[in-house]
Amino acid sequence: MIHAWEVGTIVAIVAGVVGFFVVLRDSAFPAHAIPNGAFAGAAGASLIGVSTLVGLGVFAAAGALAIAALGRRTRNDVATALVLVGMLAVGAAFLSQSTSYEPEVFSLLFGQILGVGTNQLLPVAVVGLGSCLIVIALARPLLLSSLTPDIARARGLRTDGLNVVFLLIVAAVTTIAVPVVGTLLMFTLMIGPPAAARGFTKRPVVALSLSALIAVVVLWAAIASAYAMNWPVGFFVGIFSALAYGLSRLWQWRR
Amino acid sequence: MHWLFAPGLLASAPVRQALLLGFLIALTAAVVGVFVVVRGQSFAGHALTDVATTGGAGAALYGLTPLVGFLTGAVAGAGAMELIGRERAQRRDVATGVVLGGATGLSGLFLYLSATTTSSTGVTQRVLFGSLFSVSSAMVPAALLIGALVLVVMAIVARPLLLSSVSPDIATARGLSPLTLGLAFLLVAATTVGLCALAIGSILSTALLIGPAAAALKVTRSLRSAIIVASVLGVAATWAGIVLSYDSYTWRSSHQGLPVSFFVVALILLTYGLCAWRRARSTRV
Repeated sequence: MIHAWEVGTIVAIVAGVVGFFVVLRDSAFPAHAIPNGAFAGAAGASLIGVSTLVGLGVFAAAGALAIAALGRRTRNDVATALVLVGMLAVGAAFLSQSTSYEPEVFSLLFGQILGVGTNQLLPVAVVGLGSCLIVIALARPLLLSSLTPDIARARGLRTDGLNVVFLLIVAAVTTIAVPVVGTLLMFTLMIGPPAAARGFTKRPVVALSLSALIAVVVLWAAIASAYAMNWPVGFFVGIFSALAYGLSRLWQWRR
Repeated sequence: MHWLFAPGLLASAPVRQALLLGFLIALTAAVVGVFVVVRGQSFAGHALTDVATTGGAGAALYGLTPLVGFLTGAVAGAGAMELIGRERAQRRDVATGVVLGGATGLSGLFLYLSATTTSSTGVTQRVLFGSLFSVSSAMVPAALLIGALVLVVMAIVARPLLLSSVSPDIATARGLSPLTLGLAFLLVAATTVGLCALAIGSILSTALLIGPAAAALKVTRSLRSAIIVASVLGVAATWAGIVLSYDSYTWRSSHQGLPVSFFVVALILLTYGLCAWRRARSTRV
């Protein structure tokens, strides 16, 4: 239980910080596609008997690179959709070949936070902290290139390269977070809290901190509810995130 | 021909039914898909499939037929997305994402409950990945009817919809309402997604919706020819996928076949790759 809180808190903070830029850059679809597609990697890893983390990491990174590469030639959303379904189809094939139990499929998709062990704490902390530091170091160019891409390019910023780096960070965060909240809900934690935070305040630094805070509160409340009611954590993460967003919209509307 | 068509392929009733359903579903998805791609709504189109999953999972829990669940989920999701995200296009993706996240959580709950409280097994896999072979024959007339209905509606709204997608201002000046049209279209797309989910599972239905349309738009110049090419590609990929999946049972001694959805998506992506490559070569010259 203690491990679940510790790992969950790290994942929530990282998701809140990275997610802030996801929302700002309108990368909701890639941020959805990378964790979802990485699921195929996990299924493949369990088929050939290597660690799930390796499978997740390889597929998440491959997906990020494919989206960035294809997105340069085609419409961005179409490229993302095609990469996503490609990875999912491979995942379906892996699943049909493996003899793993249904609960295993379920926990890959929706997470199994209460079963987190001590040995997962260190990798999560290292990758999470690293991703946060890189994103914060790149905050200014990321902001500039998402708000005004033309000015960014005129200033000599390589926006394509920046996009690749950003998607790879999303991939890294995905890899560490999926064993905790599951592929499908990693995305929720990256979109809901940041979108809610942006509704409450316009100042970037405040919104960034608020986003991490909301993510932590959502996850804590979700773990507590899941423990109390014995329902999946993912359900509560999804509902509480949507609730936070709803409150923020209400706040905006009242003012 | 035995190397391609395994013995007993066309004599098998599930296969014949799968071919018929696959034809109509692929056709509907391709026609609607062209508009989804042109309007830049790939994310919404994909999100609808996940919301359809929620409906499908709920239906599995309460013992309803999957088609009802898929359709209800997708239509409700479409309504919610339009409602939250209608004022600014820039905010549309985030609204889509929030609806998507909430719905995903709900489907997690439904699947969890049906796995723990009922005796049925394989619900997660069936709802998410589907199987064209196991659709109950009682669903066929309903599915065919809904597919035909979608095609009729698309034939009626095609021109105004295109106009309002390309230039909302001119459409408004002509007395059309882009917002109403947008909502109507999203509902039609939701119905289509519900149908696709029945065929190749909810999370892969994006492939049928976006794949053939995106490939066709790479190689054609007019909307009409894009719709025709997309339909042909979609139906061909679906049929070939059904045949290959049936054959795959004989490929290995363990008789462990590969799912239809895998082959359909693989073929669609291959076609897209070829179309994109052809386009790249022709523009370079």
